[in-house]
Amino acid sequence: MRPDLEIIQQWVKPGHHVLDLGCGDGTLLDFLQRERQATGFGLEINPDHITTCMSKGVAVIEQNLDTQGLDNFDDGMFDVVLMTQALQAVRRPDKVLDEMLRLGREGIVTFPNFAHWRLRWGLALSGRMPESEALPYKWYNTPNIRLCTFKDFEALCRQKGIRIKSRRVVDGQHQNSWSARLWPNLLGEIAIYRITRENDQ
Amino acid sequence: MPDSLPADSVGIVTPQSYHFDTPIELACGQALGSYDLVVETYGKLNADASNAVLICHALSGHHHAAGYHSMDDRKPGWWDSCIGPGKPIDTNRFFVVCLNNLGGCHGSTGPNSENPATGKPYGPEFPVITVSDWVKSQALLADRLGIQCWAAVVGGSLGGMQALQWSLDYPDRLRHSVVIASTPRLTAQNIAFNEVARQAITSDREFHGGRYYDFDTVPRRGLMLARMVGHITYLSDASMGEKFGRELREEAYKFGYDAEFQVESYLRYQGERFSETFDANTYLLMTRALDYFDPAYDHGGDLSRAIAAADCEFLVLSFSTDWRFTPQRSEEMVNAMISARKKVSYAEIDAPWGHDAFLIPTPRYTDIFTAYMDRVAREVGA
Repeated sequence: MRPDLEIIQQWVKPGHHVLDLGCGDGTLLDFLQRERQATGFGLEINPDHITTCMSKGVAVIEQNLDTQGLDNFDDGMFDVVLMTQALQAVRRPDKVLDEMLRLGREGIVTFPNFAHWRLRWGLALSGRMPESEALPYKWYNTPNIRLCTFKDFEALCRQKGIRIKSRRVVDGQHQNSWSARLWPNLLGEIAIYRITRENDQ
Repeated sequence: MPDSLPADSVGIVTPQSYHFDTPIELACGQALGSYDLVVETYGKLNADASNAVLICHALSGHHHAAGYHSMDDRKPGWWDSCIGPGKPIDTNRFFVVCLNNLGGCHGSTGPNSENPATGKPYGPEFPVITVSDWVKSQALLADRLGIQCWAAVVGGSLGGMQALQWSLDYPDRLRHSVVIASTPRLTAQNIAFNEVARQAITSDREFHGGRYYDFDTVPRRGLMLARMVGHITYLSDASMGEKFGRELREEAYKFGYDAEFQVESYLRYQGERFSETFDANTYLLMTRALDYFDPAYDHGGDLSRAIAAADCEFLVLSFSTDWRFTPQRSEEMVNAMISARKKVSYAEIDAPWGHDAFLIPTPRYTDIFTAYMDRVAREVGA
């Protein structure tokens, strides 16, 4: 299991009803169903991923966040709404965050950090749009149209009154390192945020 | 039929008839004292009877879903593309059951069967049958076959309505409901098309109030028109365009009203052939069953409340160019299942053939259907 998924699954409690936005091939939901007896759905638009989910027994719904939204889900119907490595690919990440916390008591979001030192270094030296393991595309064909830094994300949460319950920072191999914990916005490549609108706990 | 059977065919199959003489109470308030259901099965029922799959047919369908009746058959069963060894509904793993529904005209008791009370065909006396009635009769058939719980109930269009109704009426008797190119209820437009079809039949002079059997005739023109208008709703504008375009049968306009365009002669041919093999009263009955289907009706129009009764997992599939039962209608069902916290998977398949797409194997359709049914098979140890 990828270390980031390992961290996420610790935040899902047994029997939780979960929505996974951009669930990919269903690896995480499959794991949560088996190990956490979680229930729920994944949303996906990639046809091959959808087929793989179905063969795994993961409930998957073909639905495009950008064009179809999430209106078909009721307020508060999930314990947790997940979004791994997809926030940077939607048209309006701010609205998706609102929707996540409308549907679920808690959200878990992961995304690549555009302020990682290697990206900064690459841009500074070459003057070209940086590419990395976490962001392997060209500027003109990248699905990652809303890149941000950890600081940007946290500023957006503050502005929206969203509380960050936990933050874990990992490197490109999803490993947790002491240096990334110390200077996350410079040395962390991927962050995993646990967010809520609730004030308790 | 080719000289030899294709390797992925279930081969030569023989329908079987089951007689029931315990009266069945129907939604309309009437009962049928005794009746027959004609059935085909493919594959083998396993020791714990856990690998059975029920196939529900659509408006003009019947029990002959796969394989051939004889080496002289021109075509295999109506869903041969999806049922057979190695196909999505893999007969090496599943025991597949398909029946002609009550009220049908292919061997099961219907309007053209003899009414034991009069010794003549039922005709208009045959009760109106609903989707729920069909499901009830299918459950009685399952009892007879020793099947307590279906691995899956599968259907397209009107068949999908039965697959959905199963999940509500007998929640503990199926593990999966596969609802393809279907809808939770007909729209006014859908009912309107059905009404045109019914009017075509009942206004035919040969209809005789549904007693045409007594007059040794059939309302052929009416049935042909009904099928022609129905057929248009099964295809998409694009697929008709591709198939026929504005192609003429001969080179120039004849400035008359005979069938000059290829599409006209195609529709006439389809209608004529259909009118020779299908019973007009059955057509009325099937379209009415479609009109009446509305599981949300008893729940104040709230479909998710209706679906609360279900306990199975759902697969819902729609097709992009289906304008008879559009993807939005499937999404209505899916959303009700989501609200009711049921386990549901959904995909909209890109296919140019309109409503008929559920009968035509396209790579994505076949992949999804195969992946889902493979998992069902693994789940029941088949």
